[in-house]
Formats: sequence, C-alpha cells, structure tokens
Amino acid sequence: MTFLWFNLALILELLATGGFIVYIIKQHKWVFQYSYWILVAGFFCHTVFLGSRYYFLGAAPVLDLKSALSFFSWSIILAYLGLQIKFRLMVLGSFVAPFAAFLMIISSVMPWTEGTIKPLFKSLWLTVHVGTVFIGNGLFAITFMAAIMYLIQERHIKRKRLGSFYSRLPSLATLDKINYYALIYGFPFLTIGMITGSIYAQYALGVYWQWDPKEVWSLITWLFYAALIHERLTVGWQGRRAAIMSIVCFCVLIFTFMGASLWLGGYHSFDNLGAG
Amino acid sequence: MKIINIGMNHETAPVELRECLATDPENTVRALALMRDLECIKEGLFISTCNRVEALIATESAKEAEKSVISLMAKLGNMPEESFSSNLYTNEDRDAVTHIFRVASSIDSMIVGEPQILGQIKEAYAEATRQKTSGVILNRLMHRAFHVAKRVRTETEICEAAVSISYAAVELAKKIFHILDGKKVLLIGAGEMAELAAKHLMAQGVSSMVVANRTFERAVEVAEFFKARPVSFDEIGTQIPDVDIVVASTASKEYVITYDQVKNSLRKRRNRPLFFIDIAVPRDVEPKINDLENVYVYDIDDLKGIIEINMAQRQQEAVKAERIVREEAVKFEKWLDTLAVVPTIVSLRDKADAIIQAELKKSFSVLSHLSPDQKEAVHTLTRSIAEKMMNDPIVFLKKKAGRETLNTYLDVTRKLFSLDRNNGNIE
Repeated sequence: MTFLWFNLALILELLATGGFIVYIIKQHKWVFQYSYWILVAGFFCHTVFLGSRYYFLGAAPVLDLKSALSFFSWSIILAYLGLQIKFRLMVLGSFVAPFAAFLMIISSVMPWTEGTIKPLFKSLWLTVHVGTVFIGNGLFAITFMAAIMYLIQERHIKRKRLGSFYSRLPSLATLDKINYYALIYGFPFLTIGMITGSIYAQYALGVYWQWDPKEVWSLITWLFYAALIHERLTVGWQGRRAAIMSIVCFCVLIFTFMGASLWLGGYHSFDNLGAG
Repeated sequence: MKIINIGMNHETAPVELRECLATDPENTVRALALMRDLECIKEGLFISTCNRVEALIATESAKEAEKSVISLMAKLGNMPEESFSSNLYTNEDRDAVTHIFRVASSIDSMIVGEPQILGQIKEAYAEATRQKTSGVILNRLMHRAFHVAKRVRTETEICEAAVSISYAAVELAKKIFHILDGKKVLLIGAGEMAELAAKHLMAQGVSSMVVANRTFERAVEVAEFFKARPVSFDEIGTQIPDVDIVVASTASKEYVITYDQVKNSLRKRRNRPLFFIDIAVPRDVEPKINDLENVYVYDIDDLKGIIEINMAQRQQEAVKAERIVREEAVKFEKWLDTLAVVPTIVSLRDKADAIIQAELKKSFSVLSHLSPDQKEAVHTLTRSIAEKMMNDPIVFLKKKAGRETLNTYLDVTRKLFSLDRNNGNIE
C-alpha cells in the first residue's frame, strides 16, 4: 500500500513535469493550471507515502539513498509550492518540476532495502534534524533554479539576442528576488538543522561534533551560503554574481548530500545508517 | 442585398491623395449625409483615417451604388474621379466582409497589430448610427467585426511585441527592472525619440527624472515639461550612481558617458542594475560599458534589430489572424443568406394571417351565438392549423439558405402560394 502511494506520486510528478514542459513551449495558461494541480496531487500522495513510511519505520524515512532522494524531491516541491503562493510565477514550475521528478526517477529505480532500524534513530531529534535540513535544501534548490533562469535571461539581454526564452522568462529583478528570498528563508532552516543535529549527536553519541566527513562538508556548505548572504546584504551583491555564487553553493550542497554520504564514509554514510 | 466596400489605403494610394479626403473631420458626416440621400444605397458607413478612406455599403443595385460612391468621394475631395479611380479597390460580399474584418483586426494596417484602428472603426460606426445610415446588415456586420478584432487580439500575439523604438526600450526596461515604479531616469540631450521614450517610461511609473543638456536653458525647458529636475551637462557623472535608466540622445561627436565613469560608479551603486538607452547617432554611450556587470547598453541599432524581429513575429501571427477572419466571414455569410429567405417567410405568414382574418369574418356572422370564450377558442384553432401547415415549408426554406438552389425554391414557393399577387384579392 505504501509503495502504491510512492508510485502514484512518481506518476503524477512525471505527468506534471510533462505538463510544465508543454506549458513553457506552448504558453497556454490552462496547461500550467492542470500541471500545477497535478503536481499538488502528486505532492499529496508523496506526503501520504512519507507519512506511512514514517509510521512503519518509526523513524524519518531518509536512512538510505533511495529514501533520501525521494525526501529531497518532496522538500523541493514543498519549497516550490510555498514560494509559488508568494510569487505566482508560472514559469518557475517548468524548471523545478523536472528537477524534482529527476530525483524521484533515480529514487524509483533503486531497490527497496528493508533493514532493521537502529533504535537510536527512533528519535524526534532525528526527525527535526532531517526535516529542517531538507526544507533548507529544498529552498536552496529553488535558489539554484532561479539562478539558472537568471543567467539564461541575463545572457539574452546582454547579447541582445532576444530568443524564445526571453519572452517566456520573467524579468531579471523578479528572478533575483526569488533567488534572494529562497536563500534568506533556506539559511535558517539549514542552521537549525545543523544545531539540532549536533544536539541529537550529543544525546545519541555523546559528542556534539566529531569531525565526521558529513559534518565537515555541512559546515563548508553552511559557510558558503553564509558568505553569499553576507555579500548580498553588506556589499550589495545581486544579479549575475549572486546567481553564479548560488549555483556554486548548490553544487557544494549536492556534494555534501550525495558525495559525503556515499564515498567519504563516517557515521552519516548510508552504509552505516542502514546496517542493523 | 449586396455588401460592397470601396476605398483606398496606404498601399493603393499615396499620402497626397489620402489627405485630400481625410483632412477634414467633417467629411465623414458629409459623406454619410450624401449616402442617406441616395436611393440606391440602403445602408452606409464611412471610414476615414490617415491611412485609409473607405465606404462600406449595403445595396440592391451594385453597379449604380458603386458609381455614386465614387462620385461622392470626388465631391468630398474636390477632385475629378479619374485622378483617383485607379487607386481604389472594390470588394463585394464575402470579400467585403473579409476586408472589413481584416481592417478591424489591424491585419490590414501599415504597422500590423497597431491598436488605434479598432477605435477609429468604432467611431466611424458610431457616426453612422448617429446619422442613421446603418441598418440591420451593417449593424450586424460591424458588431461581428468588433468581435473578430477581439478574438484576434486574445487568440493571437499580433499586438504583443513592441514595434517602435521607444516601446521596445520600455519593454526591455521592464525585463530588467520588472516594475518601473520608483525608478529614476536620466535624460541626456533632447529629440523627439528620446522624449517619447521618456514619456513612455513616465507612463510606466518612473517616479523621478533628471534632465541634462549642453545648453542649460533647453534642459530647463524639457525638465519643465516632464516635471523633472534640470542639471548641467557637467553633472552627468555625479548623477550616474543614483539613476537606474539613462536615455541618451545628444549630437555630441564623442562619447558622453565613458566606460571608466560607469565602472567607478558601480561600487557606489551597490550593483543595482543600470540600463542605457542610447538613441544618438553617433553614439553617446561607450559600447564597452555593456561588458560591465549588471549594466546593459542598447543603442539604436540594437533596438531596431528587436523591432525587426517583432515585426516578423507579428507577420507570423497575422497568418493565424487571417484564419480567424475567414472563419468569421463564413459565419457572417451564413447569416446573410438566411436574410434572403426572410421576405418570403414574412409574406407567407402575412398571407396566412389575411386568410384567417377573412374566413373568421365570414364564419362569425353565422356563429354570432358563440360566447366570447368559444370565439377565442375558434381563433386559436384556426391560427394553430395555419401555423402547422406553414411550419414545414418554412423550415425547408431556412435549410436551403445559402444553397445555390435557394432562388428556385423561393420562386416556387412564391408561385405556389401566389405571394407576389396583390394581397387584396384573396378568395
């Protein structure tokens, strides 16, 4: 039953992605509206899936790569739906939905592993730690998307070749604003996520910080984003430079998310999380 | 009834000719008054703009009406008919309908998609209704024309992209700043195009403007017009850190704004975007400035390039619009065809009515003992019998509307029921 919800979410999200792609090409408003509500339905199924998984495992469903990817995809859609209420920017979906669907596809082809859950993961601290970090990640994914859109649009205007994207993408000011807000909202979530993680580590492992590769890379990611916010607020970075920097930051974040967990070992790696 | 359209536009007639007919705004009223007096013209409409002069009429006798419209135009323009008859085009029926739909949707305009023409057509129609020269056919035709124009506007992108330098500049500004509310403009130099661009920017919400000119008096003059602040030419450098959009159009041979000047102001600007619209030839803004981060420079050629692309795009959209026009013209023709059936149906009904009245008159003299209720019942009875009898023939005729055989059937019907004989001698 749980996996039915997963498959339903996957199908709806793929359908919505297709719709969003048709929308950006054809520019029919009704296509957007259908795609948007299909995405909302997909998000709903995804939420039900995560909820029942959580209930079944007794812990946040992020302990293997498959679950983590699906959870990442969910948090990106959550961030998108949240920002959509504020910005009502139809074309954003055409960039965000494919990315979220891409993560879901990778997740879906990976096998289900049914290991036992270590009792120490059955903690509310883990849920808060993972939840806040992922909402932050979702928002940062939006800054990444907005940055790409910004660079495409900026290139069009700078080169004076007003191609097909020019009319479809919003103004530079709007894209910069989305990038800014997603960054400003995302950063506190990442910060809280790291603090709760450290408290949880103290509670579960007896130390706040033990230079685990994931911890180190998270700190590096945090410093990158902190630098970006600092430059934006004090020096007044905006536009192109801020867009490039947020893309760099997101690459670091993706490495922390995937690379550190898969290749660098440590107690955060999926190998160590899964094994009973 | 035939619909005929006779006129000239920017493609068929030179401006010298068009202005002879279009200069006097009273001409439309005079033309309509003349049309009203002509027996052969049943309904008439007169359109006169700077790019076109045309008459749209409904008539029974096409040839005669055509001739009188041409002589009417000669009278209006005070010129001999031969001087402009070669510049005229004449459309009949479907072609005339299609033509007026195309004109209203701005497909026939010099700048395809320009929005003024619809207003001008609406005004021409309003004048025709005021002068009572518009009737059933033209009322319907013009309302359909407005409907077509609306469809074209919403279903195609024929009037989307800017096709004038100043609008193209404003649209670019919006793509950079999103909204222009609260933005600050620096206008350097003067000139029609620059002032037009400034005017459009103000209309889009730009809140404050600074005007600089080589001659300060001129700057004061222009500033007054825009309710802006005049500054001297040497102050331009100090203004750059504060403004968002610069419109430059001076006659200067050297660059008025240099790369170093802008580069040095960037830190002070805290990277806020800066947009230069350089309409001057030779250019006022050093082109290298475009390489600076968050700074965009568009010169006159860049803007012209955009316009060319937009024009081509409008032409493409016009193809879609033509399809809508054709579709609607066919619909209108169908309606017009049903109009041909109407007189026959009316006389058929009239005849039945006359028979009923005559027969009742005869019968009631014998049936005088009937109560009013019973009399009413007899009335209803006779009427419904007649209605039922006529229903099938009427439906049949309506179905034949628009078919080639229609006239035969109308003829047969009129003979069969002897509708063309004087109504008086009903047996």
